[in-house]
Amino acid sequence: MAESGKWTTIIKPTTGLFDIDFKELIRYKDLWRMFVKRDIVTQYKQTILGPLWFFVNPALTTIMYMVVFGGIAGISTDGLPQPLFYLSGICLWNYFSTCLLKTSSTFKDNENIFGKVYFPRLIMPVSTVSSSLYTFGIQLILFVAVYIYYIVAGVPVAPNIYLLLLPVLVIMLAGLSLGFGIIISSLTTKYRDLSILFTFIVQLWMYATPIIYPLSVMSPKKQWIAALNPVTSIVETFRYATLGTGTFDWWQLGYSFIFMCVVLGVGIVVFNKVQRSFMDTV
Amino acid sequence: MDDIAIKFENISKQYRLGLVSTKTLSHDLNRWWQTSVLRKEDPYLRIGETNDRSTKGESEYVWALRDINFEVKKGEVLGIIGKNGAGKSTLLKILSRVTTPTTGIIKAQGRIASLLEVGTGFHPESTGRENIYMNGSIMGMTRKEIDSKLDEIVEFAGVARYVDTPVKRYSSGMTVRLGFSIAAHLEPEILVVDEVLAVGDAEFQKKAIGKMQDVSQGDGRTVLFVSHNMGSMATLCDTGIILEKGRLVYSGLIKDAINTYISNSAKESSYECHFSNKDLYFKNIYFRNSIDKKPSKVFPYDKPFNICFELNHKRNIPQDTVLSFTIFDIQKRPLFSSHKVLHNKINDIVVQVPAHLLLGGGYYLRPVLHIPNICFLDKIPEDIYFEIEDTGSIHSLYKNADLGFINVNLVWNETDEKMD
Repeated sequence: MAESGKWTTIIKPTTGLFDIDFKELIRYKDLWRMFVKRDIVTQYKQTILGPLWFFVNPALTTIMYMVVFGGIAGISTDGLPQPLFYLSGICLWNYFSTCLLKTSSTFKDNENIFGKVYFPRLIMPVSTVSSSLYTFGIQLILFVAVYIYYIVAGVPVAPNIYLLLLPVLVIMLAGLSLGFGIIISSLTTKYRDLSILFTFIVQLWMYATPIIYPLSVMSPKKQWIAALNPVTSIVETFRYATLGTGTFDWWQLGYSFIFMCVVLGVGIVVFNKVQRSFMDTV
Repeated sequence: MDDIAIKFENISKQYRLGLVSTKTLSHDLNRWWQTSVLRKEDPYLRIGETNDRSTKGESEYVWALRDINFEVKKGEVLGIIGKNGAGKSTLLKILSRVTTPTTGIIKAQGRIASLLEVGTGFHPESTGRENIYMNGSIMGMTRKEIDSKLDEIVEFAGVARYVDTPVKRYSSGMTVRLGFSIAAHLEPEILVVDEVLAVGDAEFQKKAIGKMQDVSQGDGRTVLFVSHNMGSMATLCDTGIILEKGRLVYSGLIKDAINTYISNSAKESSYECHFSNKDLYFKNIYFRNSIDKKPSKVFPYDKPFNICFELNHKRNIPQDTVLSFTIFDIQKRPLFSSHKVLHNKINDIVVQVPAHLLLGGGYYLRPVLHIPNICFLDKIPEDIYFEIEDTGSIHSLYKNADLGFINVNLVWNETDEKMD
């Protein structure tokens, strides 16, 4: 009998860990598009400056870092103009931390809608990471503008062939933040303590990443500690490709890439397990 | 076999009561230890009691649903009946995959769309049009499908003028209509509807009911419907199930289901008040057989019976005080009323209800003491239930037909001559 073919929807209790319906995700691609569009459009609805606000944040942060870390603390910038150095780090870090924080509260923020209709929950964090790309793009424009200004002004910086790695770097950032974010969001459905702890961890994480300092200020013996941080090599590679300073190492980048794959894989599995029953515990 | 749209097999759902965060970690660890390491049964699945919300239970685990088995045929409209907390919403939540069953399996043919709460996911800042796309995609429609249905949706909801206005400016009725309209045009094979009709106005309710009937009859799609309104239940549904404390207690034709449900839930056939600080109040109300004067709640259709009111008054009864009562049918639709102006120093009132007045079935009595149009002196909290048993009237020949409630003796003249 063609029993199994007859039923198109089957609802059952807990499924196996790896029972993930990717086909379903693809079927809902229109929803993903709607979410991305909504995220982008609603961000600056009823504001006067609109998307211009996306420039304000990195510009102010850069100025702040110039005063505090560059001016008062006197931390080296590898001989680069301070705005350029800070801005390159801030762009990347902003994207990473925004994605991380937003995806980590997926379940909590969407409790209402998740409680009423079913759609693959993974659509939500994936569209968050996608729509944040828009902000990242705008901030990158600011960076490019400053970059061109310094090139015209005669500062010896020039992009090199490694700039072709940029898409890979962005994918890695997106993957890492998505992976970590959905793991945290899955855990916080039961243990709310984590979400409080997590905001703090993200702050610390920034200081563990060469955003406000170049990796070269660390003694070579201690650099391996910084290299354990998967974000380090991404930031360093970006600086190397655009500004020509910093370190670049295929092994390091490979490590980060594998790290990302593992985190993302674990994240999807955990998230998939939690999404099925989180309404009972949230 | 092929005409079954949904099949519920041993569906159970367990919930934890109390604060979820306390002891979660220890229970999780214990569960993991027992199931994964010792390979035993989950210790928390065995405990758990029936879900009776009024009695305090021993265990903090509770079964919201227990071993639910039933099937719904294609094109059938199934009504789910039950008190608050009987498990109706849990059942619908499982069906719409918001949560998973603890045990059991549901098999369905086709797309399931739920109207658990219409307008879910409406973004207040976005316009009606944007929200149609948003909501449609949440429910699993593709962009193309929405494009082709857009005009129909807008027209059915009756919001053509507002389609480019943010939804936050809509009235609540408009929001619900738009939400219902989107879901109704989804063309799912199975539609789950939960109490949405309560919100719209009469005109829209009619439209919505019509649409649901179209959906089930015209297109052969299946509808699962939850409502406390027995009237709309009776008109819409073909079959019904009754849930009680998480268990399926009845499954069959909707008419029988409603009758079973109502006669189970309405047990009070008399009223007694021992104390009241009101000046005039009902002390005792009951029905009795008018021949042997024995209190009862079931009366044969061909015998008269009495409704007895015992009143208590501390002072003189105010002038113009009236004792009124209304008889309702089983679906709480009023049938008729009767009134009596009270004279002073009255204690007991006996009303004789003649034989052959009511057809067989369940009825409610709602008495009130009042000065008409001025004030209420006493009401009773719940209507009193009684039954008329049809022990062989001419109506009893038509068992399943709805013949009304009142027996009327009309004069039927037979004649061979032509009428002028």
